Amino acid sequence: MRARVYVTLRNGVLDPQGEAVRHALGTLGFAGVQGVRQGKLIDLTLSATDPKAAEAEVAQMCEKLLANTVIEDYRIEVLAE
Amino acid sequence: MKAGVIVFPGSNCDRDMAVAIEQATGQKPAMIWHKDAALPRGLDLIAIPGGFSFGDYLRCGAIAAKAPVMRAVADFAHAGGHVLGVCNGFQVLIEAGLLPGALMRNAGLKFICRTVHLRVETGDSAFTRGYETGQIVAYPVAHHDGNYIADADTLARLKGEDRIAFTYVENPNGATADIAGILSGNRRVLGMMPHPERAADPALGGTDGKALFAGLAAALERVA
Repeated sequence: MRARVYVTLRNGVLDPQGEAVRHALGTLGFAGVQGVRQGKLIDLTLSATDPKAAEAEVAQMCEKLLANTVIEDYRIEVLAE
Repeated sequence: MKAGVIVFPGSNCDRDMAVAIEQATGQKPAMIWHKDAALPRGLDLIAIPGGFSFGDYLRCGAIAAKAPVMRAVADFAHAGGHVLGVCNGFQVLIEAGLLPGALMRNAGLKFICRTVHLRVETGDSAFTRGYETGQIVAYPVAHHDGNYIADADTLARLKGEDRIAFTYVENPNGATADIAGILSGNRRVLGMMPHPERAADPALGGTDGKALFAGLAAALERVA
């Protein structure tokens, strides 16, 4: 079973890298970009077979290591193979 | 004063830290490998040095904060031990939950490596007792993720409890309220981005950091 975790900065937290990308897009002529938020994608391959149990376990991983919940949110997708 | 310096894969200021401590105390600190689950007995101070622990993968300090030795460091801190975290060490202490807030990418997105001026905001700690409150000191900084972030409640608490140890005279990284270093609630854990250990010997181009180690040695000698 695979799980995919998206880690993004929480709303309201300034994202300097996203801002730099937004600025670069504007320079390239993409005038309509009002905001860019950059994040991380983490793919996990798990031995678990129960999607619910897997999701609960990945949530623990996010709380303990994968995300810094002071500044980051996370979203989990469990992908059955 | 008996001190220990934690060494992670990627630490690169560990020996500078050891030299600064030895010059202040006359005793070589114990070098403690990150896989050690227990600390040497009778330590008065643990220093977490700068560097790039675990390559700064995932987030700066995040993987180091979960290393076996950090459970012992947390126990040491909760029992009232003194802990100094510099640069990556500050990031590790924050990721370990021993200090509040977060450290983000510098607002200017550049790695900053130069000497900056700091204002000592409080002389009321074992770390800063060697300075006058309001004193301006010069320390080097060398970091990519030193932009200190705290929410309004945390910031109000830090200010109200006099826990901001150092601020930048000219903010190089966008840190909230110009914060360069903060203390824990019991004032025994200090995390800071600038490097006192790189300003503790004339050969390194500055000696303003010496008073931090001397103050610590004097304060903790009585404890020992």
